[in-house]
Amino acid sequence: MIEVKNIKKSFGDKVVIDDVSAVMQAGQCNLIIGTSGSGKTVLMKCMVGLFEPDDGEILYNGESFTKMNRNEKTEIRKQIGMLFQGSALFDSLTVQENVMFPLNMFTTWPTKKKIERVNEVLDRVNLKDTNKKFPAELSGGMKKRVGIARAIVLNPKYLFCDEPNSGLDPQTSLVIDRLIKEITLEYNITTVVNTHDMNSVMEVGSYVLYMYQGKKEWEGTNKQIIFSKNQRLNEFIFASEFLKDAKEMRMLEETGKMPNDRNIDDMVK
Amino acid sequence: MTIFRDIGQYLLMLSGMISRPENAKMYWKEFIHQCSEIGIGSVGIVVIISIFMGAVSTVQTAYQLVSPVIPISVIAQVVRDTVILEFAPTLVCIVLAGVVGSKIASELGNMRVSEQIDALEIMGINSKTYLVLPKIVAALVVIPMLVIIAGVLGIWGGRLAGSLTGIVPPATFDQGLLDTFEPFKVIFALYKAYTFAFIISSISAYFGYYVKGGALEIGRASTRAVVISCILILFADYVLAALLL
Repeated sequence: MIEVKNIKKSFGDKVVIDDVSAVMQAGQCNLIIGTSGSGKTVLMKCMVGLFEPDDGEILYNGESFTKMNRNEKTEIRKQIGMLFQGSALFDSLTVQENVMFPLNMFTTWPTKKKIERVNEVLDRVNLKDTNKKFPAELSGGMKKRVGIARAIVLNPKYLFCDEPNSGLDPQTSLVIDRLIKEITLEYNITTVVNTHDMNSVMEVGSYVLYMYQGKKEWEGTNKQIIFSKNQRLNEFIFASEFLKDAKEMRMLEETGKMPNDRNIDDMVK
Repeated sequence: MTIFRDIGQYLLMLSGMISRPENAKMYWKEFIHQCSEIGIGSVGIVVIISIFMGAVSTVQTAYQLVSPVIPISVIAQVVRDTVILEFAPTLVCIVLAGVVGSKIASELGNMRVSEQIDALEIMGINSKTYLVLPKIVAALVVIPMLVIIAGVLGIWGGRLAGSLTGIVPPATFDQGLLDTFEPFKVIFALYKAYTFAFIISSISAYFGYYVKGGALEIGRASTRAVVISCILILFADYVLAALLL
């Protein structure tokens, strides 16, 4: 479990995170959602220690990450895997070398065992026969999958995904979303996903934290989103007419009646 | 104020890279890789520059020393001292600041912008120790070697030019090389080489490591790294000469 307690972060005069608290549930997919510039990436970077919060605390299983020294933080970081927005694969290394990098750095396994583990995780993300390819030779979706493989190769306890669907087509986005969800449940990882993709919210999210201009605006489950009366959240999630209709169809499924006294025939038209 | 912030951040980078390696074997591999990148990658340009600078020194010294009272062998002495004291360490290192410095700055800048440095930090790896330290140590090992090669080839280039143009016969040139030779001049050239190697690698690494923004900023950081390195090399050149000669 990861606890975020009253985190504040500013860059110069600009307050980016303003007193945000949340609890990321263990063994589940936790989503941080919000418009661009709402502070979700900064919050995630505070959680993994890439940014130092100005105030507040991050706790991993009750231990204060913010108060730890460098060595203690390193130990926690060894339990963290992260998928970056641009995948952040090492350009000069092949797919196999990229995925093997954490193993080379932190294990004393023989090469054969490392290669077996690399093939195992590459198979898990449905990537075969790409071991000798360089990142420049891969598509966006393949890069993301290599990024996930590298993130899980050391069996982490925590997985952070920063905008896993950015730059991907809807079909590939769905593949990545499902993969993240499957891996979370399969390995019992605490996953935190940063996204503004509506499909991701409905597909993978268990706990959802909605941020607006650096503040926590709403939190709940993805099922509760459908019934939320929060205007900002509704404007963000159900921005188009199509999504509004989808929401109302879902409400109809869940409650058996249409919201706002709308007629189902109006929606079909 | 920016200059004080830069100096402080530069010193923090240097102190931050001193930590115990997570895996010595991986660091050794990276060090060897950097030695190859900096050394092998720069040999060609160093060879060309050195031969021509020696050759030009011989021809121009001969042009200025037209006097019946000065023996021709003095040309070899002038070429030898000029090459060892100034051309081999300073000129070659200024060229290396362009070749190696821009490469280090752009490589690290690209890694910063594409979040590869963040990825290393998340893995629990000290990115300064893994990325910056091997570059600085490799430069300290390889650049003095390149300076020695430049010195030898520069003098050989001068001898060749003297022989081809008929200004100084090889035997006379060899005799001039041995006259009044002081080994300290070679030691002094090595002091310079180590100092310049540290300047080139650390300054370039600093500008690359702390890049903010995108491709445009990487280019700017690369240019700044080369310009600042060149200025500091010339400044250090003067300070070393004033202190040690």
